[in-house]
Parts: sequence; structure tokens; C-alpha cells
Amino acid sequence: MKIKKILPQVITLLFIVLIFGFFTMNAQENMETRGLDFGFGFLKESASFDIQFSLIDYDGSHSYARAYLVGLLNTLLVAVIGIILATLLGAVVGVARLSPNYLIRKTASFYIEFFRNIPLLLQIFFWYFAALRALPMPEDATLLLGSSFMTIKGFYTAAPIWKNFDIFFVALIIAVISIFFFAKYAKKKQEQEGKQLPVFIISLAIFIGLPLLTFLIGGVDLSFSFPVIRQMSQSSYTFDGGLKIPPELIALTLALTLYTATFIAENVRAGIQGIVKGQKEAASSIGLTPNQVLKLVIMPQALRIIIPPTTNQYLNLTKNSSLAAAIAYPDLVLVFAGTAMMQTGKAIEIVGITMATYLTISLAISLLMNWYNKRIAIQEK
Amino acid sequence: MTINHMDFFKPKHQKNRNISLIIGILLFSLGIFDFSLNNFQDKNITFFLPEPISFFSPLIFSVIGLFFIRIEFSGIKILDKLNKNINTSNFNAVLSTSIILLLIFALPPLLNWFIFDANIAGDTKEACTGGGACWVYIKVWFNRFMYGMYPNAEQWRINITFIAVLAFMAVGFFVPSKLRNYLSFYYTILLPIISFILIYYIISGGSFGLVWVETGAWGGLSLTFMVSFFSLIFCFPLGMMLALGRRSNLPVVKYSSLSFIEFWRGVPLITVLFMSAVMFPMFLPEGTYIDKLIRVVVAITLFEAAYTAEVIRGGLQALPRGQYDAAKSLGMGYWKMHIFVILPQALKLVIPGIANTFLALIKDTPLIFVVGLLEVVGMLNLAKTNPKWLGFSMEGYVFAGIIFWIICYSMSKYSQSLELKYKTDR
Repeated sequence: MKIKKILPQVITLLFIVLIFGFFTMNAQENMETRGLDFGFGFLKESASFDIQFSLIDYDGSHSYARAYLVGLLNTLLVAVIGIILATLLGAVVGVARLSPNYLIRKTASFYIEFFRNIPLLLQIFFWYFAALRALPMPEDATLLLGSSFMTIKGFYTAAPIWKNFDIFFVALIIAVISIFFFAKYAKKKQEQEGKQLPVFIISLAIFIGLPLLTFLIGGVDLSFSFPVIRQMSQSSYTFDGGLKIPPELIALTLALTLYTATFIAENVRAGIQGIVKGQKEAASSIGLTPNQVLKLVIMPQALRIIIPPTTNQYLNLTKNSSLAAAIAYPDLVLVFAGTAMMQTGKAIEIVGITMATYLTISLAISLLMNWYNKRIAIQEK
Repeated sequence: MTINHMDFFKPKHQKNRNISLIIGILLFSLGIFDFSLNNFQDKNITFFLPEPISFFSPLIFSVIGLFFIRIEFSGIKILDKLNKNINTSNFNAVLSTSIILLLIFALPPLLNWFIFDANIAGDTKEACTGGGACWVYIKVWFNRFMYGMYPNAEQWRINITFIAVLAFMAVGFFVPSKLRNYLSFYYTILLPIISFILIYYIISGGSFGLVWVETGAWGGLSLTFMVSFFSLIFCFPLGMMLALGRRSNLPVVKYSSLSFIEFWRGVPLITVLFMSAVMFPMFLPEGTYIDKLIRVVVAITLFEAAYTAEVIRGGLQALPRGQYDAAKSLGMGYWKMHIFVILPQALKLVIPGIANTFLALIKDTPLIFVVGLLEVVGMLNLAKTNPKWLGFSMEGYVFAGIIFWIICYSMSKYSQSLELKYKTDR
């Protein structure tokens, strides 16, 4: 009996050790013959390549570590924007899929069936190489909303210029924290006294009011710099000032959002459909208003079904953002696993770091979501 | 009879219903007419109104029209059906109208581009004179999109191999019921070997008087099929083993399966392919060379196996404990229990999940461009840089989009029908 338990484990272990041993041995041998050495010292050397789009200060004189950080931030930027937009769009489409209105329902399911059956890479290429290339040149662009230009070279819009931004930011954080405590207090009050406070409106007031207050008394000031067209040479124009959003970022976010939203929409639909009708009817019959039914009875239960698969979609979106490399958006893969690797030749270290980074992001998101999932799970007695 | 229902506008009496109906239809048609004139003739019949109202006038007209049409129990069947489906409230009327107007706005230019202004005759760029799509481009490049750089004269070899492999795959439908039990063995072990031999000897060539064609020249849609076919076949048994491993009682087996699965699920496919391209050769003994295509297939297989494993684990978990207990009480061992009792039921449960994983795999195949293999999307990117055929990227992407859409959509529909077929009540 015992041998039956030990033998498979020993075989597995042996198998793993042999494979790893074989690979490391070969790797050592190969690196020796090619005169390479293993180590992460190269991270401190100056990178000497430029990156088109960066959230932090960067140029060629900075180190590889800094270049890595630029790539990571760009990846996170796309992921965060994509997650927010895909969630909004997915929720709307998911609800629309259940609409009693025939046209809305069909439009929603057409959208879902259309976008989720086309490879994401193809969609990114389509937006970047076909759709955004059809935009006008800077000199022909029309003014949008009084401040922005949509051109083939990207989206130019007004850039905010802050004075004492840190005070504003602190106020924002304080507002979020106080909303958190207020919501806790309101829930306690509801459980103890049965009174419902208008949580949403008060939270919104705090969220807007407190940061606004800093403008009046904190010395915070906000002005905008607008893009202005300038002629560079005979036939080439560019914009000065303002905020430039590169077309790569637009194409990538657009494709990721439209693609991932289809999956989120299906999750939302499944979540809402997963609630038995009796719940709604019971809630209405004890006198809750339709809004209360949705907020207090349907949503908490639907969220339980929606969240786990949606977490997976967030992870997928983050990992899919690595397709950026295909259209030269400087994300982690392009900057680090692409340019930096070409320059240093440190294949093992760099691919290892890149994979470890994605692994960390994935595990972090799934841990966070597991925690949240546990919090809202049914407390079984 | 509240004021916010505004019912007092409408005639209450049954006899006056027709008046309301006529007003409604007239207003609705006016809205549509106004919009069409705006859109196609560039004429604004409501120019005398102030700007925002004039802009939204088609919407306003139509919504008011729909409001008048909204008669409960009108007795006219079509009208009742219409009201129930697109016109239940003012909000719904606004949404429905917006969608109708959007269709009027978007459909004609799309159709024009696709069909009426498109060119398909001829075989040079100059043949494309219309403002629409240039399908000539697709026609000329069709062979490249299908077979990559594979020599034109040899393409029959790919066709023959595909037909043969399809025939071998279809065997499952025709075998006598006596041999049914061996089918899974056939599909997991024999079929891959047969297909590999066929592909190696016919598509690759080099013997039997066939010219050698190196894998670098393979490409196009046929490469997509080859990569996804082998990855599919291999990732399924591997995923099954991993899923069983993850649920095993033996700690070493369990945690090694767990870390394997979590590792591959945590990294993007593009980095895995990078690894197979630049890092993997370092791990092999000096002088060994494994073909790029095989490396890619192995990488995709390992990657997708982790996802398949998670899907199958879901099915295993969904089975009630009683099934395990019952099998054990019959004296079945671990393998007997799983092969005859647990897996057949669990796999039925996970058909949709497996199908989704396979769809994801097919949609992931274009990524192999990072190692320099050009399937359809890669060929498109190559074709659009051809100096003779600049400026047709839109047609190319639309074409590839349609192909992938048909493949994926039909696969998902097929999986839904399978799900229904194998559904057993419990």
C-alpha cells in the first residue's frame, strides 16, 4: 500500500530533477562556449536606447532597470485603462443582452458574437494599420470639443498643468478613506437601526467636494496647455504643447477593451440570469422599491457569480496587453524582452525577469480577487 | 392616469385609436425621412429650428411617433408585437430609434464598400477603380494567404495531406460499435502519429521524389490549421493528466502539477514564444537543432494544457462525491475509477469550457509571428508592405477577420450543439 503512494511521487520528482538538471547543465555549457556569463549586473548599465512613450522621466542615459520600469508602467497603464473601460462596456452590453427590447438585445449579441470570434492580434492590427491610418494629417485635422485633435500621429488634447498637485492628491486620498469609513458606518447603522442613509450621494459629495475645497483654500490651481500646430518643414506639421496620446496606445486600448468586454458581458449576463426569479419577487413583495431590489438583493448575489470569471478576464487583458509588441507600443515585452535583450544578449535573465513580472502581476490580481470573493461569499452556518 | 405617463395626449376611446396610429406612423416616417435626406442628400428640412433641436429632429420626430403608436391591446397583431418588442417605454423607444437611425447611417456605406463599389475583376492594382474594396488584392494574393511561401506547383501536397488527415479524423463516425472502446486510444496516440508522418513525408517532402520544402516556407491558413491541430491533440491528454495531478492526494504530484499550471497561466503566450525562440536553444546540448515549428507547437501545447487542466478540474470538482464513493465501493482502483466512472462524466460537463479553450488557442495562433512563422495575419502584414500593392491593408484584415470569424463561430455553435447532445439529467 505504501509503495503505491511513494513510487509515483519519486518518479515525478526524478522526472522534474532530471529535466531541470539537463537544462541547467546544457545552459551552463552553452554559455561557456559562447563566452556569456549569468548575472543581473547589466541592469545598472546605461541603456542607450530611446523609448517613444514614457510616463516617467527617461532617456538613453538611464539604466536598463529604468527602461524596465518604463515598460512595466506602460503595460500597467494599458491594463488599467483597458480594465476600467472593458468593465463599463461589458456591464452595459451584458445588461443590454437581457433587455426586453428586441433591437437592443440583438445589437448586443451581434457585438458579442462579432468581436469575440476574431483574434485579438488581428483586431489590434486592424485598428492600428487600417482604421487609425485613415485619420487626417495634423494640418488637416479638425478641432474636437474646442481643444483636441484626432490625427494620424495620435490624439492631441489639452494637458492639465497643476500647481500644488500633492495637496490635491492627499485630499483625494483622504476623501476615499473617509468614504470607506462612512460606508462602514452606514452599513452598521442600517443593520442596527434599519435606517438607510443615501450612501451614494454623500460619497459622491465627499469625493468631489473635498478635492474641490483644496482649490479654494489649499492653493491648488489647475490650468490647461492646449496643443498648437507648428510647421516643421515644407509639408510636415506637428503640435506643440498639450498632451499627446500615441496611436499605438489608442489602438491597443480600443482592441483590448472591445475584445475583453465581450467576455465580461457574457459573465454579467450569466450572473444576472443565475439569480432565480423568486428572489426578485420575494424582495418586491416585502415592499422594496425596484432600486432597492436591484441594489440589496439582485446585485450582491449576481456579483458572486460574476466576479470569479471576470477576474480571469482582467488577468487575460493584462497578459494580452503584451501583444503591444506587435504594433511597437513600448510595453514591457517590447522594451525589455525586445530592445534590451537584443542589446545585451542576456536571453535567460531577461526572459526570466519578464515572465516573473507577469507572474507576479497575475498572482497579485488573483490573490486580491480571491480575498474580495471570500469577503462577499455566502457565510454558511 | 398619472401625468408622467402623459396618456392624456392619446385618445382613450377605441374608435379614435386609428387617428393616433396614423399620427404616430406619419411622425415616425417623417423622422426617418428627415434623417435619410440629411444623410444621403445633405439636405436639412428642419434648418429653421435652432441648432441642437435641428440636429436631433429625426430622433425627436420618431420617438414622438413611437409614443403615439404605443397603444395597449390595440387588437392589431403586428402592432402589438412591435410594441412589445421595441416600444415598451419612452426610454426603449429612444434606444430603438437610435439603433434604427444608426443602421440607416452605417449600412449603405458599408454595403457600398463591400459589394457595390468593390472591384473583383482583373489582376493588377490598376483594376481597382471604384471607391470600394479592392478584392482583386485578395484574389491575387489568395494562394499566399492560404499556403504562405510554399511553392505554387507543390501546393497540391498540402491539400492532399489535409484531406487525408480529415479522413483519418472522421474514422470515429464510422467504426463498428465493437471497436468504440479503442477510439480514445486512436485519437490520442495513433492519429497524431499518423498525421505527423503524413505531414512529414508529404508536406515536408525530401523523399519519394518530392521536393524538400523547409518549414520556414510554410505559412498562411494551412499553417494556422497545422499548429492548432497538433496543439489541440496534444494539449488535451496533457491537460487531463495535470488536472488529475492537481487533485491527487500525493503532495509531490499535487504541488508540481499546481505550480506547472499556475506558471503557464500566469505568463502571456508571447513571452512563452519568445522563450521557445531565444531561450530554449540555450537549454539544449550543443549542436542539437529542433525545428522552429516544432518548438512553437510544443510551447503552445504546454501553454494551453494548463488552461485545459483548469477547465477539466472544474468538471471533476462538479461531480458529486457519491460518484467517487460508489466507484470505490465497487472495488475500483484509482485508474479504473477515473477512466470508467469519473472522466466520462466530468468531460461531458466541461464541453463548453474545452471548446472555449480551443477557440482561444485558434485565436492565439497568429502570435507565432514573433518567432518568424507567418500564418494568415503574418502573411497579410507581409503582403501589405509589397510596393506593388500598397494601401490595401483594410481589405486584408477584413478578409482574415471573416475567415477567423467563420471558423470560431461555427466551432462555438458546434460545441453548443454537442453540449445539448450529451446533456444528461441528474
